Amino acid sequence: MSDHTGMVEKRGVGLWLTHLGLIIGVLFIFFPIWLAFVASTVTQPEIVRPPMPLLPGDQFFENYGRALTSGINAPVALMLFNSLVMAMGIALGKIAISLLSAFAIVYFRFPLRKTFFWLIFLTLMLPVEVRIVPTYEVIANFGMLNSYQGLILPLVASATATFLFRQFFMTVPDELAEAARVDGAKPMRFFVDILLPMSRTNIAALFVILFIYGWNQYLWPLLITTDPEMNTIVMGIKQMFPSGDDTADWPVIMATSILAMVPPVLVVVGMQRLFVRGLVESEK
Amino acid sequence: MEKRVTFKGIWLPILLVAPQIAITAVFFFYPAGQAIWQSLFIPDPFGFSMQWVGLGNFEFLFSDPFYRASFVTTAVFSILVTVVSMGIALYLAVLADRLIKGSGTYRTLLIWPYAVAPAVAGVLWLFMFNTRVGVVSWYLGQLGYDWNHVLNEGEAMGLVVVASAWGRISYNFLFFLAGLQAIPKSVIEAAAIDGARFWTRFRTIVFPLLSPTTFFLLVVNIIYAFFETFGVIHTITSGGPQQATTILVYKVYSDGFVGQDLGSSAAQSVVLLVLVSILTVVQFKYIERRVHY
Repeated sequence: MSDHTGMVEKRGVGLWLTHLGLIIGVLFIFFPIWLAFVASTVTQPEIVRPPMPLLPGDQFFENYGRALTSGINAPVALMLFNSLVMAMGIALGKIAISLLSAFAIVYFRFPLRKTFFWLIFLTLMLPVEVRIVPTYEVIANFGMLNSYQGLILPLVASATATFLFRQFFMTVPDELAEAARVDGAKPMRFFVDILLPMSRTNIAALFVILFIYGWNQYLWPLLITTDPEMNTIVMGIKQMFPSGDDTADWPVIMATSILAMVPPVLVVVGMQRLFVRGLVESEK
Repeated sequence: MEKRVTFKGIWLPILLVAPQIAITAVFFFYPAGQAIWQSLFIPDPFGFSMQWVGLGNFEFLFSDPFYRASFVTTAVFSILVTVVSMGIALYLAVLADRLIKGSGTYRTLLIWPYAVAPAVAGVLWLFMFNTRVGVVSWYLGQLGYDWNHVLNEGEAMGLVVVASAWGRISYNFLFFLAGLQAIPKSVIEAAAIDGARFWTRFRTIVFPLLSPTTFFLLVVNIIYAFFETFGVIHTITSGGPQQATTILVYKVYSDGFVGQDLGSSAAQSVVLLVLVSILTVVQFKYIERRVHY
C-alpha cells in the first residue's frame, strides 16, 4: 500500500516520472528555439552542410551585427523600430479609444447609445482577414500605404477592450460618481481623477496582451508595406528568403527570428502576472 | 446592467464614442459592406466597369472544386491543430497539477511561446524540416525516411499543423492548469480513499469537471486555426503543394491579391463573414464564460 501515502500528489518514483514528463514537454517547446539560436551563432557553411551543430558557435556578434545594421532587404534595426511603433500604436490606441467609449456608454444616457454599443459588438465578427481587399482599398485611397497610420488605424478598434472596461466600470461603486456629482465635479474630472487611477491594473494587463497582438501581426503589414524600409520584423523575415533556387542566408535569417521573439517574450516573462490576468480577462 | 448614477449631457458622450465609431465605420463596416456589394458583381477584364451577376460569384465559387477542397482542408487542419495542441497541453497540465512544489516554475517555462508570432513559429519549423539544411529532415534521412514537404501533401499538412499547434500549447496549458487547480482536492481524495486509481479518477471526476474549460478552449482554438494561422501557412508552404494546405483565409488572400480575382475574393470574404458570425454566436451563447482562475 506504499503508493497510498500521498493519495493524489505523487511521491518517490511517481514524482520523478511526473518531472520527467514535464521536462520532455519543456524540451519539445524549447527545441525549435534552441536550434534557431544555434543557427544564429554559426557560419553559413556550417548550416548548409548538414547536420548543423547543436551547440552555439562563435559568430554571435558577427551575425547579429550584420542583421541589425544591414539585414537583407532593410536593416533589422529599422524593422524592429517599425514593429515597436506599430505595437505601441495599436496597444495604446485601442486602450485610449476603448476607455473613452466605455466611459460614455456606462456613465451617460444619450440617443443611439444602444446602437453604438451593438456597432462596437459587431466588430468582433469582422477580423481583418475577412475584409482584406476592401480595407486595403480604403487605405490605398487615403494614401496610407507604407505608413504607420496605415499599419495602425485598421487594427485599432476593439470590441474586446471596450467590453472589458465597460465590465470594470460597472463594478465601480456608484457612491464615487455620486460624490463627484455632489461636489460639482465635471464628468471628465471624475474620469481622469477617479476612474483612470482605479483602472490601472486592467489597463496594464490589457496592454501586455495588445502589445503582443500588435507585434505579431503578419497579414496586414504584408499587404500594405511594399517598401522594405516600412516592413515590420515579423513579416520581414519571410521577405529575407530568396525567391529562386538560391540558398537562404540562414544565420542572418535566424538571428532576425530570435530578435523578432525577444520583445514579446520579455513582456510575457517580465509581466507574467499581468499577462495571465489580461489573457483570462480579455476572454471573458 | 445599468448604472444608477449617471452624468448629464448628450454632446460629451457622443464626442467620447466618436473616435471608436469613426474607426469602426471607416475600417470595419464600410469594407465589410464593400465586400458584400462586390461579391454581387464581376469586374470586366480591363477594370472599367462592373457587371451585376447576383449570386453568380457564389454559384461559381461553390462549383469550384478547389474551393470545396479548401473547406475540407480547413476542417482537417483546424481539427488537427485543436486536438494536437489541446492534447499535449492537457497532458502537461495534468502532470503539473500533480506537483505540490514546482508547478509555478513549469508554468513559467511553458507559457512564453505564447509570445512567439505564428509566422516566426513557421520559420522555425521550416528551418528544422527544410529539405536541404533541416536538422530533423537530415536525421530522418539517416533513418531511411525521405522527408519532403515541398512535394508530399501529407507531410506539408503535418508540418503546418505541428507548427501551428506548437505555439498554441502555452495558451491551452494555462487554461487547463487553472481549470484543474480549481477542482476541489477533497473530491479527488475521497475517490482515492474509495480505491479509485488515477486513470479512473481522471475519467470519472476530473475530466467531467473540466468540461467547461475544454469546451471553451475547443471554440477558441478552432477560431485560432481558422484565422490566425495565416502566417504559418504563408511562411512554410504558401498553400502548396497542389493547394493541399490552402485554408479558406489563405485562399481569400491568394485569389484576391495574387490572383486578382476580386469578385471571387469578395464572395469568399462574405462566406468567411458568415462563418465568423456563427463562431462568435456560439462563443457568446453556449459557453459558460466563467473560467475559474
